[in-house]
Amino acid sequence: MEIFLINLIGATLRVSTPILLAAIGETYTERAGILNLGIEGIMFIGAFSGFYVADQTGSLWVGLFAAIVIGILFGLLMGLMTVTLGVNQHVSGLGITMLCTGLSLFAFRLNYGGRSTPPYIPSFQQLAPFESIPWLNTITQQYLLTYITFLVIVPLAWWILYKTSFGLKIRSVGENPEAADAAGVNIFAIRYAACAIGGGLMAAGGAFLSLAQLGAFTHGIIAGRGWVAIAIVIFGNWNPVRAMWGALIFGGTYALQLRLQTMGLQLPIPYETFLALPYIVTIIALVIAGRNASYPAALLKPYRRE
Amino acid sequence: MDTPKKRLRFVKTDNPPVWVKPLIPVLSLVVTFILTSGLIIWANANPLETYYYFLIAPLTTKVSALEILVKATPLMLTGVAVTFAFSAGYYNIGAEGQLYAGAIAAAGLGVVMKDVPAIITIPTILIAGFAAGLAWALIPALLKVKMAVDEVVTTLLLNSVMLYIVSALLNGPWRDPNSGWPQSPEIGVTAIFFKLVPRSRLNFGFIIGLIAIAVLWFVLTRTSFGLKMRAVGLGRPAARFAGINVGRTTLIAALVSGGIAGIAGVAEVCGIQYHLIEGISAGYGYTGIIIATLGSLNAIGVLLASLFFGLVDAGSQTVSRVLGVPVYLGEITQATMLLVALGMFLLQRYRLRRM
Repeated sequence: MEIFLINLIGATLRVSTPILLAAIGETYTERAGILNLGIEGIMFIGAFSGFYVADQTGSLWVGLFAAIVIGILFGLLMGLMTVTLGVNQHVSGLGITMLCTGLSLFAFRLNYGGRSTPPYIPSFQQLAPFESIPWLNTITQQYLLTYITFLVIVPLAWWILYKTSFGLKIRSVGENPEAADAAGVNIFAIRYAACAIGGGLMAAGGAFLSLAQLGAFTHGIIAGRGWVAIAIVIFGNWNPVRAMWGALIFGGTYALQLRLQTMGLQLPIPYETFLALPYIVTIIALVIAGRNASYPAALLKPYRRE
Repeated sequence: MDTPKKRLRFVKTDNPPVWVKPLIPVLSLVVTFILTSGLIIWANANPLETYYYFLIAPLTTKVSALEILVKATPLMLTGVAVTFAFSAGYYNIGAEGQLYAGAIAAAGLGVVMKDVPAIITIPTILIAGFAAGLAWALIPALLKVKMAVDEVVTTLLLNSVMLYIVSALLNGPWRDPNSGWPQSPEIGVTAIFFKLVPRSRLNFGFIIGLIAIAVLWFVLTRTSFGLKMRAVGLGRPAARFAGINVGRTTLIAALVSGGIAGIAGVAEVCGIQYHLIEGISAGYGYTGIIIATLGSLNAIGVLLASLFFGLVDAGSQTVSRVLGVPVYLGEITQATMLLVALGMFLLQRYRLRRM
C-alpha cells in the first residue's frame, strides 16, 4: 500500500506538469480578459513542433525552444483576432485549435508518412537527486521540466501576477479596462503580452508530452488536456498557485487510473471508465469550486475607446 | 497610443456600402488561398492545380458532385444544432459528443429492430437519436441554468468522456464478433436510409438536413420563441427585464441543439456507415461551430456554408488522392477561412479612414 501511494505521488507530479503549464498560460490570458480556446490546438502544435525540431536537430532543448516560439506566435494570432479585431473569442479560439491541429497533422504526414507506429526520439532524462533513498527517489525522480514547473514557474507566475506592476496591469486590463486606460496602461500591448506568455506556456506543456513523457508524437497526444486546463483555471479562481492544486487533482486521478490499469485487476467495468474518470472528476471539481468563481470582469469583451 | 498623428483607423459605421456583403466570402476565399498556398508548395504541389482539384474538379462529375452533398449532410445538422444554441447565447461546444450519443442510439436500435418494418424503425431511431443527443446535452445545460457553471468547459470535457464511452462499447459488448474490429454489428436493412440517387452515397439524411435548415429558419424568424432566443442571446439582463424566462429559454435552446446534433449521428450511422465506429465523426461537431459562425447564425447562411465545406471536404480527398497533398489541407483551409472571414466581417461594421 505504501509503495502504491509513493508511486502514485511520483506519477501525479509527472502527469500534472503539462496541464499545469497550460493552465498557468491560460490563467495569464484570461486575467487579461481573453478566453483562449486555442489552448488544445496550441498544446498540440507545441507537442508536434517540439518533436519535429528535436528530431531534425537532434537537440531536445532546441525542440522545446521551437515549440515555445510557435506557441507564442499562435498566442499572438489569438491576440490579433481578439484584441485588434475584437471578434468572438470562443469562435476564434476554436478556429485556432482547428488550424493548429490541421497544420500539425499536415506536417506530420508530409515528414513521417502514414505510418501507424509513431517514430520515437530519445526523450529527456529524469533527474534523481535522492537516488540512495528509495522511497524519496520514487517521488523525486522527475524530469527537469517538472521541477522547473512546480518550483520556478508556479511561484514566479504568482509573484509576477500579484507583486509586480506588470501583473497589476494584466489584472486591471482584464478587470476594468476603462480605468486601466485612464491610468495610462496600454491595454493592447498588455493583452498581446498576456496572449504571448499564455501561448508559450501552453506549447511548452504540449512539448513536455512529446519530448519528456512519450518521446514521440501521436494523434491522440493531447486528448482534451487543453480543455481540462481551462477547467482548472476556473477551479483555481485565476490564481496560479490554486491552479496547481487543480492540476494535481486531475493528475492524481489520471495517475490512479494508470496504476489501476497496470495492476491488471479483473474488474466488472471497462477500463475506459478509468480513462474517463479524470474528466468527470474535473467537472465535479468545477461544479463545487466554480460556484464561487469570480470571472475577470472584462473576460470575452474586446476593448474599444468610444 | 495617444499621439495625435494622422493614421489609418477603423471607424464604426452603421450603414456599410451594399457591395461589402457579397464581397466578404470572395475576399475570404482569395486570402485563404494565398495563406495556404505556402503549405501546398511545401507538399511539392502546384497551388493553382491543387485548388482546381480542391474547388472545381468535384463539381465536374455527377458522382463527385453528389459526394459534396453527402459531406454537407452532417455539417448541415451540426451547423443547425450549434446555431440553435449560439442564438440563445448558449455556447454549446459539445455537438461532437451529442452526435456520438445519437450514433450510439442508432447503432443499438438498428440492430435490435432488425425485424421491424422500416416505416416504424426509422422514425423510432430518429426520435431515439434526438433523445440521446438531448440527454447528453442535459447535464451541462442544467449545470448552466441551475448552478451557473460555464457550459463551454463542461460541454468540451463531456466530448472526451463520450469518446471513452464509444471506445468502451466498441471494445466491449459491441465488438464485431466476426472480424474482431472495434465496430458495432451492422444495423438491419429496415434501419438503413434509402438512397436519393441509386449507386451513390446520397441518402435520406440529406433530406433530414434540409428539413432541419427549414425548421431553424421557421423558428428563428417566424415564432415568438425564436425571438425570445435571440433576445436572450443579445443580452441576458435585458431579456430578463423584458419578462422573458431566460433560464427556460436557454435550457430549451440547449436541449434542442443537443437533439439535432444527435440526429447528425443517426444520419451518419443509418445513411453512410451502417455501424458505429470510433471515427464516425471527422470533428463534425466542431466544424458545426464554424458553419454556424460563417453562416451568421441564420438558416440560409448555414446551408450555404455547409455546402461549401462539403465541397472542401470532398475536394481535400481528391487532392490527397491525385496530388498526394495530405488530406488535412481541408481542415487547415476551413480553419483559415473561418479566421479570415471573422476578420472580414468587420468590414461590414467598420470603414477605414485616415484621421
